[in-house]
Amino acid sequence: MLTNLIDPEVITVTIQAAFAAALALGVVLICRRFSVDVLAETRISLLRGLVQMCIVGLLLAVLLKGSLMIGVLILLAMVVAAAVTASRRFTDIPYAFEVSLYSIGAGGGSAIAFMLVSKSLDANISVLVPVGSMIIANSMNACAQAMERFRADVYSHQGQIEAALCLGAEPSVSAAPYIQTAVYASLLPRLDMLKSLGLVWIPGVMAGMMVSGSSPLYAGIYQFLIVVMILIASGVSGMGVITLMQRRTFSSYGQLQLRPSRSTASGTKAS
Amino acid sequence: MSMQTDGSHEKSTALIETRSLSRKVGDRTLVDNVSVSIAQGEILAITGPSGAGKSSFLRLINRLDEPSSGLVLVCGQDYTEIGPSVLRKRVGMVMQAANLFPGSVKQNLLFGPTQHRETVTDGQIDALLSQVGLTGYENHDVTTLSGGEAQRVSFARTLANMPDVLLLDEPTSALDEDTARGIERLVVDIAAERKMACLIVTHNVAQAARIAPRTMYLVNGKVTALGPTKEVLDAYEPH
Repeated sequence: MLTNLIDPEVITVTIQAAFAAALALGVVLICRRFSVDVLAETRISLLRGLVQMCIVGLLLAVLLKGSLMIGVLILLAMVVAAAVTASRRFTDIPYAFEVSLYSIGAGGGSAIAFMLVSKSLDANISVLVPVGSMIIANSMNACAQAMERFRADVYSHQGQIEAALCLGAEPSVSAAPYIQTAVYASLLPRLDMLKSLGLVWIPGVMAGMMVSGSSPLYAGIYQFLIVVMILIASGVSGMGVITLMQRRTFSSYGQLQLRPSRSTASGTKAS
Repeated sequence: MSMQTDGSHEKSTALIETRSLSRKVGDRTLVDNVSVSIAQGEILAITGPSGAGKSSFLRLINRLDEPSSGLVLVCGQDYTEIGPSVLRKRVGMVMQAANLFPGSVKQNLLFGPTQHRETVTDGQIDALLSQVGLTGYENHDVTTLSGGEAQRVSFARTLANMPDVLLLDEPTSALDEDTARGIERLVVDIAAERKMACLIVTHNVAQAARIAPRTMYLVNGKVTALGPTKEVLDAYEPH
């Protein structure tokens, strides 16, 4: 393994990665002109991303020779890591991790289980983990996008939601427009992905399969299958997280609980 | 002076009554031990300085927020025994902002009754709109309404539920003087006509004097005076 580190190929790609990171920092610096300062966050993210990928690469080299059980454990760990990542931005929502974990688990789990049962995914760790990780990563994005949209809409439409409650509407009715937009927002990037498949985006799995000698038609249809599974996983995760979140957005007495922290505990001006 | 700070001595024919109602959040007391009762057809103004807990008190009455302690009685019945949907039909609320739903005026008016599986005829819609001075507006899109018109629709939307009690949270604070006077007349006329109990939160002491025979003055969530409007305002808002 140590010999890998001094491999000329590794040295070359490290230099290339360093240039790419410098370019990314340059772009982020230009973002400051638009009053968007994410330099510190980008620096940390770049460093973390590099370290994580190096560790994962070295670990996978060992683990991919292991049993199926190890593969399942890796996927479970990925679901937990995905839930931590998705919920990190929602510090004002105490149950964010819990709902993310359940919804990413349900979305990713159902898609992977379907692929295993239909035998479209080989129960082999070296296939299961990379394909599973793609599905889980997309579930995570769908989950975070749905939560973000729902929270933003509930915060900005607090008056209308409470007006509906004041007229006797059930919480699910008062939040219905925002549930719909949140689920749609979580699906939209995956729908665009499906629409643009092969036109503006040739996914890595397909390219890899063709390089390794698979039939182009088989590689294309298999990639389509994976993107459809990603859409299913994202749909289940998006709907799941909003269903779980919506239940906690209101108390059992139909009181709106999800309110911006700047407001008072009463939810409106304290007059 | 007949002012009092405890509503427990008031007549027992109250349509709505609070007993030692309090709401605390953390170490902050938003509403502190408020007892008041309002009879059928009566208008009570709630006033006081900013941050006194006026809106917080109103939100407790239709259970938009949960009290920490105390009771709310609607026609003598503990409101915790009434489901929130039914409670909010009986205790309607008009907020500071109109908060209309996207769509037409008619769709807004039908929203409440639809939640309770009640039908409203076109004639009833016309009557409601006529009552708030918006005859012929049923098919107008709410985005085309002025601030005063939107607030009138909000008012009519609440009335469509036929509430027994009407809570008004500074309903005219965003409106010009003329429009505000129109809304005031509407509140007075409708409270009398429908024999509703009305609680109106207002910063405007002149408005309180114009429409409410009785006023409750709150400071830091506590009732500091409750009695005839003129006496309360003379004592607390002399200017």
